[in-house]
Amino acid sequence: MRLSPKVVFRLAPWLLTVFLLVCWEAICQGFEIKPFLFPAPSLVFKTGVEMFDPIMTHAIHTFLTTLAGFAIAVLVGAIMGALLGSSPIIYKALYPMLVGFNSVPKVAFVPVLVVWFGIGSIPAIITAFLISFFPVVVNVATGLATLEPELEDVLRSLGASRFDILCKVGLPRSMPYFFASLKVAVTLAFVGSVISETVASNLGIGYLMMSASSTMNMPLVFAGLMVIGAMGVVMYELFALLEHRLTRWANRSQNAAF
Amino acid sequence: MSFVEFENVSLSYSEGGQRAIEGISLQVAEGEFVAVVGPSGCGKSTLMKLISGLKPPSEGYVYVNGRQVGGPLGIVGMAFQAPNLLPWRTTLDNVMLPLEIVEPWRSERGARRKEFEEMARAQLARVGLAGFEDKFPWELSGGMQQRASICRALIHKPRLLMLDEPFGALDAFTREELWCMLRDLWQQQPFTVILVTHDLREAVFLADTVYVMSKRPGRILIRREIDLPRPRDLEVTYTDAFASHVHVLRESIGRVREN
Ligand SMILES: Nc1ncnc2c1ncn2[C@@H]1O[C@H](COP(=O)(O)OP(=O)(O)O)[C@@H](O)[C@H]1O
Ligand SMILES: [Mg+2]
Repeated sequence: MRLSPKVVFRLAPWLLTVFLLVCWEAICQGFEIKPFLFPAPSLVFKTGVEMFDPIMTHAIHTFLTTLAGFAIAVLVGAIMGALLGSSPIIYKALYPMLVGFNSVPKVAFVPVLVVWFGIGSIPAIITAFLISFFPVVVNVATGLATLEPELEDVLRSLGASRFDILCKVGLPRSMPYFFASLKVAVTLAFVGSVISETVASNLGIGYLMMSASSTMNMPLVFAGLMVIGAMGVVMYELFALLEHRLTRWANRSQNAAF
Repeated sequence: MSFVEFENVSLSYSEGGQRAIEGISLQVAEGEFVAVVGPSGCGKSTLMKLISGLKPPSEGYVYVNGRQVGGPLGIVGMAFQAPNLLPWRTTLDNVMLPLEIVEPWRSERGARRKEFEEMARAQLARVGLAGFEDKFPWELSGGMQQRASICRALIHKPRLLMLDEPFGALDAFTREELWCMLRDLWQQQPFTVILVTHDLREAVFLADTVYVMSKRPGRILIRREIDLPRPRDLEVTYTDAFASHVHVLRESIGRVREN
């Protein structure tokens, strides 16, 4: 029996995941690796089921924290991107600083945030925001800055103001860039919130993993990692779907007549 | 004063640099169909930018409708060599774009939405695009996109239509089809047309007056009135009178090349 290429295509990610899990299990069993060093996936899964309720509580907290930081990042990122992309002088002035800021590891900010806001969700939300807004800014700015002058001339010859041009051409044209950046930004937001939780929180998956590792409960740490990964994949796919739905013209127009 | 008037106009893109066009004077009457021909790079598009107010002249004066041009005007419609349709809008929404920008349409858009849409549909039907209103630009052929682009240039009923090599990228058959389309549009509701082209047959077939420009820096070499009777049919392109007009223009360009 042979599977059609389409089915193989759809199954490929699942098959690879299963294959890697089987290898992992085999290595752990075969070399009898101690669970407190590197637990087998079966044990991670078992722990996950046993600890389902606390994991869910912490996961939901992390999820909401991440979404809050991500939402701020989208808002701020889109506005900054629009400013940068539509004004060369703002671009020139602000861009080096943004790049410098983005190069600083965000973990380094967490202690500062703790001093300012105390332990809890706020540093996590801010860290998620700080780490995820940059790709949104860059993409929106790029979308605006690479606007074809011909399209701009169409509007300018009608006497359109700069604001008209931004609304009618600039922003619609940068939508594909914007949605592409959301996929990346949402996964980065998870990184930010979990980093902050491991250092400065008593709630969330990051905190759960930190306290589990301090008692050498490796299976629970790995269960936490898995949950974060799963949430990241789900959100990425969600925004990929949104991107596909809302900017279909950008994918299709590649076969345009000219 | 004529509808469009150039008084000794020069323009250089960089301060003190070589001039793109030099010492251009011409007059276009209201309702006239003017064609400007010349070798590539001679400043034809620059001429268009001056009339549409996208660029101010370095020297001289440009008047449209009795007033000196100080910026883009709502009474002007423009179409370019590339159709430049917005790929996220349907054909209908693309055509209606100027109504969202140009006054008085802009402020009446909310109240007269239905009416505007009917106008755009009628305009599309006039160029043979009925039934394609809800298609996206990439679903149209090159010729259809250019038709839509000309609809867009005309939707706000401009008194001056400017076309910058609008048929340059089309095959010969489609091009002749669009000549006839443009001829019919112009004959149905007269407006002033300035057509930039490098196709002499196109210029002679469509225009009342043809200007030939020299290569850079662009100057007007000759002005020739085309007295072929209207309405003109494609058959006219095979007559001796037509051929002799093309011939004279061709020779003047030949001289441009030699110098
Ligand atoms: N934006 C610009 N900046 C500098 N030089 C330009 C610009 N646009 C056109 N030119 C120059 O001006 C001359 C005339 O160009 P253009 O009006 O586009 O010619 P045409 O449309 O007849 O081919 C050319 O030599 C070109 O290099
Ligand atoms: Mg040109």
